[in-house]
Amino acid sequence: MDFNDSPEQAEFRQKVIAWLDENVDKKASLSTGGMESEQALIEARAWQNKIFDAGWACQTWPKEYGGRGASAIEQVIWSQEVSKYPTRDGFFAIGIGNCGPAIMLYGSEDQKRKLLPRMARADDIWCQMFSEPGAGSDVAGLKTRAEKQGDKWIVNGQKIWTSQAQYADYGVLLTRTDPSLAKHKGLTMFFLDMKQPGVEVRPIKQADGGQAFNEVFFTDVEIPDEQRLGDVNGGWGVALTVLMNERLAIAGVAPNGWPEYWDMIRELQLDGRPALEDAEVRRKTAEWYVKNAGLKNAQARMLSAVAKGGIPGAEASLGKLVGAPMCQDISRYALDLFAQSGACTEEQLSIMNGQFQKAYLYAPGLRVAGGTDEVMRNIIAEQVLGLPPDVRIDKGVPFNEIQAGNQGGK
Amino acid sequence: MNFEFSDDQKMIQDQARGFLAEHSPLSRVREVLERESLGDNSYDRDVWKGLLELGWAGVAIPEEYGGLGMGYLELCVIAEELGRSLAAVPFSSSVYLAAEAILLAGTDVQKKQWLPKVASGEVIASLACAESQGGISVPGPSTSASSTGLLTGNKRPVCDGAIADLLVVSAINANGTVAWYLVTADANGVGREPLQCIDPSRSMASLSFDHTPAEPMLARNNSNALHAELMDRAAVLFAFEQVGGAQACLDMAREYTTQRYAFGRPIGSFQALKHKMADMFVAIELARSNAYYGAWALSSSSSSLTEAAAVARISATDAYYECSKENMQAHGGMGYTWELDCHLYYRRAQYLASLLGRQAYWKDRLIEEVA
Ligand SMILES: Cc1cc2nc3c(=O)[nH]c(=O)nc-3n(C[C@H](O)[C@H](O)[C@H](O)COP(=O)(O)OP(=O)(O)OC[C@H]3O[C@@H](n4cnc5c(N)ncnc54)[C@H](O)[C@@H]3O)c2cc1C
Repeated sequence: MDFNDSPEQAEFRQKVIAWLDENVDKKASLSTGGMESEQALIEARAWQNKIFDAGWACQTWPKEYGGRGASAIEQVIWSQEVSKYPTRDGFFAIGIGNCGPAIMLYGSEDQKRKLLPRMARADDIWCQMFSEPGAGSDVAGLKTRAEKQGDKWIVNGQKIWTSQAQYADYGVLLTRTDPSLAKHKGLTMFFLDMKQPGVEVRPIKQADGGQAFNEVFFTDVEIPDEQRLGDVNGGWGVALTVLMNERLAIAGVAPNGWPEYWDMIRELQLDGRPALEDAEVRRKTAEWYVKNAGLKNAQARMLSAVAKGGIPGAEASLGKLVGAPMCQDISRYALDLFAQSGACTEEQLSIMNGQFQKAYLYAPGLRVAGGTDEVMRNIIAEQVLGLPPDVRIDKGVPFNEIQAGNQGGK
Repeated sequence: MNFEFSDDQKMIQDQARGFLAEHSPLSRVREVLERESLGDNSYDRDVWKGLLELGWAGVAIPEEYGGLGMGYLELCVIAEELGRSLAAVPFSSSVYLAAEAILLAGTDVQKKQWLPKVASGEVIASLACAESQGGISVPGPSTSASSTGLLTGNKRPVCDGAIADLLVVSAINANGTVAWYLVTADANGVGREPLQCIDPSRSMASLSFDHTPAEPMLARNNSNALHAELMDRAAVLFAFEQVGGAQACLDMAREYTTQRYAFGRPIGSFQALKHKMADMFVAIELARSNAYYGAWALSSSSSSLTEAAAVARISATDAYYECSKENMQAHGGMGYTWELDCHLYYRRAQYLASLLGRQAYWKDRLIEEVA
């Protein structure tokens, strides 16, 4: 075991650091919520173009699909270094992290050559359309219908919470193709052109005031059978692959509030003294330091396993399960330290431009996106620990006989 | 022992709940929350007017100063309902903070001049102690008062500062001690700038004073003690608002998880959510019971007020955070939308938490008091 880089890894890391040092705008402000404006998208795209041209984008992907066939460990080193900078890649994370692997595994050779390099270069933005109003945690309970007509499929229904759909060129879509089968059995996955007729995207305003997710409506949308990913009625298996990749993607970058907190707390003065001289603040800070270290080190272990060719297991749920509530609690603690001014959200007047006020407001979304805390715990309990599964009253029941979603007329 | 509100007090509470349900539904709170610019309509004038007509602002103000002279228990049950309803009114600034400050440190003339107006609502009053990061718990203001009673300095944030007519301002006087001053908002040299608040259904402002005429209030040898006494009183009243809000969150979570289905069953049937809501209930019950103790201590001028205020404050602040965030969580993606009301409570929880200073202040105060 060696926590340090091997000589080759160290050399690679130096290359990355040197490139980043030269190419990142260090004065740009880091804002996790910064996915609302066209301007943010233009900046993000320019950045992704740049890293693509320099060969840092999707490094592990094969050359012919836009990567450079690098080892997973190099990808990890890149991710570690780039995460120290305020760069914007939120628009592409779902495409590259989730949709890319699905295309890679289930797309045709033509599709891969055509779509993946454009995805890596951020020419195209992708979104992932799984969740529906009545099917989130229980995503296999979805209703959006795809019916075969000759060599194409006709899609009708609605998705919700689709991040970046308002900007997306393509989307990966999970549909129901046979409602008479049990709910996991009748699903089929497709990808589609988001700009085609019949697809309507309506942004949803978030609790924090931002607008990064959407409702998507489908009215007689036509999808050629070539755009099916995996077998007919085999969509659940494809979805699991995508979700597994999502967990890995999120585990690496799940915001936990720590870097911002650490920057802040070393500068903060309380009653005219450095905050870190206060015994309570010291200990609280130490607790978070330990948690953050645990996350970083767990991630390193997981990635070592992945680098050796393993696939990310359910353990990957851990990063998000710890990180999201931690982000919420850290921001609340920071606001408590700021006393009255914690209630004021004026950027110019707030410590670190109001980042903690913002984090307090977006953290609740982190605890739900990509699987709720409760679902993450179920996954760990059942899939990692092998505990007896919850009683599934809908098991084996034909989908069209199961109650789902909101029943109270709300 | 009779650790319960009386039937009359419960009746007041029922009336308050009925009035607010009818006149201040969350759709009204949203009108203030979603106002176009910070300057306009930063509170609900109709609700404010209605509750003034019912005499709420003067419930605990003695009759000789124009109030109803009922007492703090009556004010506490009203506070709980204001907290539950999230009413967008400057009640806490005017009643829990400013009126109490005047009762504590006003001269008889000042009390006679201002309290009737606060009670009737002719005047909205507020407390201006915080100076940017310093916070209320640190009475070391840089705002100064000259020997001729002219104030110069900045206060921020001041809740309802842009709509207040009367301000209780802390400042260092010519002798170098901290004292409170009464300042009218239309006095010379007062500048006001509205500020964005984490709970936009409430307003706050940055105030500046430039040689502003001010009336000194009664000084004490130990101005820290005066400030702390005010905080103790306010903490009890705030705690009732916090408990009311936390309860509304639990009610909301319970209702949603009963009618939402996943995996073929109501999500409220999952033990993860049952335990979550049971924990919310426990947090609220502890906080509520502590708040009752605070109400008793406040209404009976008990010597345990400091202890009671601190336990009420600490548990109510934690309970509201817990309940407002877990209510969002129980709503899944819906809970993270602007459209649903979950975030209104989550925002108010932080607003009420911020206003009376850090949790550490209360913890230290508690242990100093009891150890
Ligand atoms: C910011 C954000 C971005 C998102 N982006 C996307 C996206 O791009 N694409 C996409 O498809 N989806 C996306 N989602 C949707 C997300 O995956 C769902 O919101 C999430 O899976 C929860 O589903 P739900 O909203 O239906 O809540 P529900 O499933 O109704 O959950 C409500 C509550 O019930 C609990 N619960 C449900 N089942 C169980 C159980 N078995 N045991 C214990 N508790 C349970 C949940 O934990 C939660 O507390 C996003 C969500 C957010 C908040």
